[in-house]
Amino acid sequence: MPKQTPSQTVGPYFAYGLTPQPYGRPGIADGRIVNETVPGERIIVTGRVIDGAGKPVIDSMIEIWQADAQGRYAHPADGREADFHGFGRTGTDETGTFRIETVKPGSVTGSDARPQAPHLNVTVFARGMPNHAYTRIYFSDESAANESDAVLGLVDAGRRGTLIAARQETAGGPVYRFDINLQGDAETVFFDP
Amino acid sequence: MKPNTEYTRRDWDSHPPYIVPDYKSTLLRGPKKPLIPIPHSLSELTGPVFGHDKVGPLDHDLTKNGVQNGDPLGERIIVTGRVLDEAGRPVPHTLVELWQANAAGRYVHRWDQHNAPLDPNFFGGGRTVTDAEGRYRFITIKPGAYPWGNHHNAWRPNHIHFSLFGPSFVTRLVTQMYFPGDPLLEYDPIYQGIPEVSRSRLISRFSLDVTEPMQALGYEFDIVLRGPRATPVDED
Repeated sequence: MPKQTPSQTVGPYFAYGLTPQPYGRPGIADGRIVNETVPGERIIVTGRVIDGAGKPVIDSMIEIWQADAQGRYAHPADGREADFHGFGRTGTDETGTFRIETVKPGSVTGSDARPQAPHLNVTVFARGMPNHAYTRIYFSDESAANESDAVLGLVDAGRRGTLIAARQETAGGPVYRFDINLQGDAETVFFDP
Repeated sequence: MKPNTEYTRRDWDSHPPYIVPDYKSTLLRGPKKPLIPIPHSLSELTGPVFGHDKVGPLDHDLTKNGVQNGDPLGERIIVTGRVLDEAGRPVPHTLVELWQANAAGRYVHRWDQHNAPLDPNFFGGGRTVTDAEGRYRFITIKPGAYPWGNHHNAWRPNHIHFSLFGPSFVTRLVTQMYFPGDPLLEYDPIYQGIPEVSRSRLISRFSLDVTEPMQALGYEFDIVLRGPRATPVDED
């Protein structure tokens, strides 16, 4: 049987390959996951990627995979028709900041057949990361659902907060703040799915 | 895919660790706390599916997709192979993205300060979708080595970056393809950070069968993604 091909870092110069829009080339996705017609609550998710010295990581990339507002994924394993593709990809800027425009996902059934709390699935790529990292973004206004979420239940209570984006109401609509700390006391919980 | 299917786990005997001390930028960027294994729900069993609408007619041909006033300089090569899962089955219709330096070892990226020349006719990025047998094929220019600041006189071996999705969010892979016989591999902490048993999987094979007479040298590079693993089903 063949064995898994080893992972390698995206390196510092992935932008013109993976997020090439600033180079005048079409990309496969960007940070705007939905257009105006997609049903659901419009949200912004933004935050910074921060290294072990507290410095912003300006050459990282975030990918988001999410269900629609009804909790449906655009994929044959789900089988239902979703409202949108549900994939986003964006680099971090010179302050290490990323920004995602999307709709809040609905609840997705878990592997134990119970509903999971709404969440975005996230991968983090960067120069200096030989493997990408997996995490999830949960939402602070879903505290009851978060309490009973099976995946959050696998995480020490003291670290669960690193997975929950803080909601703020702004004139432009709800904004969720989610920093990704690659190391340190507040290191974000990373999964091995 | 049936809902009772899971994917195999990341094989940490094959992948580099997050922190490779000789690759200095890993020291502050690799997660240090243990990763938490999670079961596979629909969130893990699904993933983005890309069709041919994301791929333009020249996207697989890097000798053409950046042309402004002539052909790019350098050694034309064909890079082809199959995307497979761990059971050896092809991964059909999956997106493969690729980016690389030009023949002089210079990236188009606006931060690249290497004093080697840019090539006005070479962009260095491309993408394609595998066919029903999991095959992909790119035409490009052999990338040059380039210096980097990791340590004194550090040079990256010739390499091409690959990005793949496979059938789910957990089959995602970003990697680098290297060339056989490259003397820089021995000194490269990114390559040497891979476990010894699995390193050679990233070295492409020269192939005279793939080579096109009077046109381009051929290299083969197969890529193996995590595969479905059936979970036990109660029989009663």
